[in-house]
Amino acid sequence: MSTELVIKDLHVSVEDQPIIKGLNLSVKQGEVHALMGPNGSGKSTLANALMGNPFYTIDSGEITIGGVDILELEPNERAKLGLFLAFQYPTAIPGVSMANFLRMAVSAVRSEDSNGSDTTELIPMREFRRELRAKMKQLGVDESFARRYLNDGFSGGEKKRAEVLQLAMLEPKIAILDETDSGLDIDAVRIVGESVNQLIGPNLGVLIITHYPRLLNYIRPQFIHILLDGRVVESGGWELAELLEEKGYDPIREAHGLTEVVVEPEVEEALPSLRA
Amino acid sequence: MAEQEKSNETVDIGVSDEYKYGFHDDVKPVFKSRKGLDTEVINEMCDVKDEPDWMREYRLKAYEIFKQKPDLKWGGDLSDLDYDDIYYYVKASDRVERSWDDVPDDIKKTFDRLGIPEAERKFLAGVGAQYDSEVVYHNIEEELEKIGVIFVDTDTAIREYPDLVKEYFGTVIPSADNKLAALNSAVWSGGSFIYVPPGVKVDYPLQAYFRINSENMGQFERTLIIADEGAEVHYVEGCTAPTFSSESLHSAVVEIICKKGSRVRYTTIQNWANNVYNLVTKRAMAYEDAHMEWIDGNLGSKLTMKYPSIYMMEPGAHGEILSIAFATQGQHQDAGGKVIHCAPNTSSRITSKSISKDGGRSSYRGELKVLNGAKGCKSNVECDALILDEESRSDTYPVIQIDADDVNVGHEARVSKIGEEQLFYLMSRGLSEEEASTMIVNGFIEPLVKELPMEYAVEMNRLIQLQMEGSVG
Ligand SMILES: Nc1ncnc2c1ncn2[C@@H]1O[C@H](COP(=O)(O)OP(=O)(O)OP(=O)(O)O)[C@@H](O)[C@H]1O
Ligand SMILES: [Mg+2]
Repeated sequence: MSTELVIKDLHVSVEDQPIIKGLNLSVKQGEVHALMGPNGSGKSTLANALMGNPFYTIDSGEITIGGVDILELEPNERAKLGLFLAFQYPTAIPGVSMANFLRMAVSAVRSEDSNGSDTTELIPMREFRRELRAKMKQLGVDESFARRYLNDGFSGGEKKRAEVLQLAMLEPKIAILDETDSGLDIDAVRIVGESVNQLIGPNLGVLIITHYPRLLNYIRPQFIHILLDGRVVESGGWELAELLEEKGYDPIREAHGLTEVVVEPEVEEALPSLRA
Repeated sequence: MAEQEKSNETVDIGVSDEYKYGFHDDVKPVFKSRKGLDTEVINEMCDVKDEPDWMREYRLKAYEIFKQKPDLKWGGDLSDLDYDDIYYYVKASDRVERSWDDVPDDIKKTFDRLGIPEAERKFLAGVGAQYDSEVVYHNIEEELEKIGVIFVDTDTAIREYPDLVKEYFGTVIPSADNKLAALNSAVWSGGSFIYVPPGVKVDYPLQAYFRINSENMGQFERTLIIADEGAEVHYVEGCTAPTFSSESLHSAVVEIICKKGSRVRYTTIQNWANNVYNLVTKRAMAYEDAHMEWIDGNLGSKLTMKYPSIYMMEPGAHGEILSIAFATQGQHQDAGGKVIHCAPNTSSRITSKSISKDGGRSSYRGELKVLNGAKGCKSNVECDALILDEESRSDTYPVIQIDADDVNVGHEARVSKIGEEQLFYLMSRGLSEEEASTMIVNGFIEPLVKELPMEYAVEMNRLIQLQMEGSVG
């Protein structure tokens, strides 16, 4: 049975400032969703809240994975349930090699108990090495990556590719990619896009957060959602990405009464929520 | 700011760690002096050891200096240290063993429980392990003897190489250097003596294990290393001690002479029980183009005061000190390094990393001096402190004194806390909070650990893990 991430009427605040205000969204294993929204609309806030970042306060609402309520769970317990977040700004951990870290992480998410208190038993070195090498090859990541310190001194592009490598190794059920394409040159966007594409399958559901349809040309989402003012105001298909590319967010803001201006008829025609 | 404070709450650390090696095997000492120190105890010790007169005189003179020297007024708190409540000499076995098979079973058992790496027993050249005050197991590979390298315990050296010992003993650290150097000079026992002839390179580390086992027994080993011109050697010592209720004193003296063009590296990992005073004087003299490195890892103990030093005696000498300290509940690590540039065109680097947790206190105490006329010297000092909770503490006491022109000196000090961002990042990948903070701490000291021989690096990471265990609620 496929696992589903379900978010219901979620309210999240940052330092007492409400950012997410009643958000609903569901992502099933095997599905590809894109979440688009202007700067500061709360996309990363949503991603962090889902993963359990203690800096973000969940005021109300529900988040479940495969029917399990995760609101009270630690980030590592969420990871063990199959949730993964590719960060917009990955954190550097000096002195910790990519390989050591990944071996620990892979062992942890694959271990049976999910209470997190016992020391994780590491998977055998040879088995791990073989797997890491294969994944690096598949994603075209240089082998020297394994010896480098986690995100330490990585270029913007290298950080993003390291996140994708982690995604490949950890084999989550639901992955959120927070602007994994930002800061990448055109070739790198293609490489990352193709890499993610290779990982997509019946066992992986993804929520891609992005500003640019370029990435979505490589990873065609079935669903596109638009986040405005802390809520998903539109959900639809590819035509939404095209509309955004052409006209920006203003027409959608207008349509939802988030500005004063009158809605043009062709916009009204293009927006699923107004058609209905 | 708010983020930092919050991060401390999360790394709520509050459980005292039991000392891993805190067991006490029933090894009957062959000889044990009475508590306290006077000329009679010293004379008795010389008799038992059957030492030459010059050493007896040396000891008695040092004892007079010890009595006259005032107590140390800086560093850590020594007010609970009672010099009269200590056994100054304990001999655990009557002879120096040459092979593992000859080592008494109960002593072997102790080593087994300490988990001395298998490697030692197999391929490493000289494995000397100090059990109480005397070396009981000392195995020198034929190869070493063939290339003229001497690696014996210092007592043996006094008997077998008296001229060599006499020439150098106490020349780097004279008895009058400080109170504890005087004490060690009066009552020293055991330790290693190494001589590497000109041009000889020992390409595997020479190792010794030190250990205190008798309650209230001071351990005063004395190590002397002479690297002759162009020689190379790496010496490694690791220490563990069992836990006792009353205080133990460990006060070693290590002297190193690096002659022209030689390279010496001295690596220490010490993990003392929480009641040990670990007060060690370590000093090296580096002559023309010589290269001296101290790598010093300090865990455990009640109070550690240790500042390995290097005197840059002639042009072209280079010195490095890497110091790492981990202080937890009830512990004070007062560690650092000293470099004195006495000659022009010499260079040095001091790197210090400290971790404080559960109310532990670590201090960096450093001294960098460039003497008048020592032109063109370069030195860089870097101190990094990681504090894991609000109760813990870290200080730096750097002294920099430059009396020469045209010198290039850098000093950097940083204090950090485990970032909430880092913890969250690792936890989002499946690591528990404890695993995540352990990983961050191990990463913090990695620059030092990667300089260690393989099995010590593994051991170091394991020790850190033990220190971190149970630290997160
Ligand atoms: N860690 C944080 N510290 C302070 N403010 C934050 C933090 N995270 C989010 N915010 C605030 O919450 C709001 C939403 O930010 P968020 O990062 O979620 O936006 P976003 O949609 O991801 O934007 P972008 O497209 O620029 O990445 C912003 O006003 C931001 O300043
Ligand atoms: Mg963002």
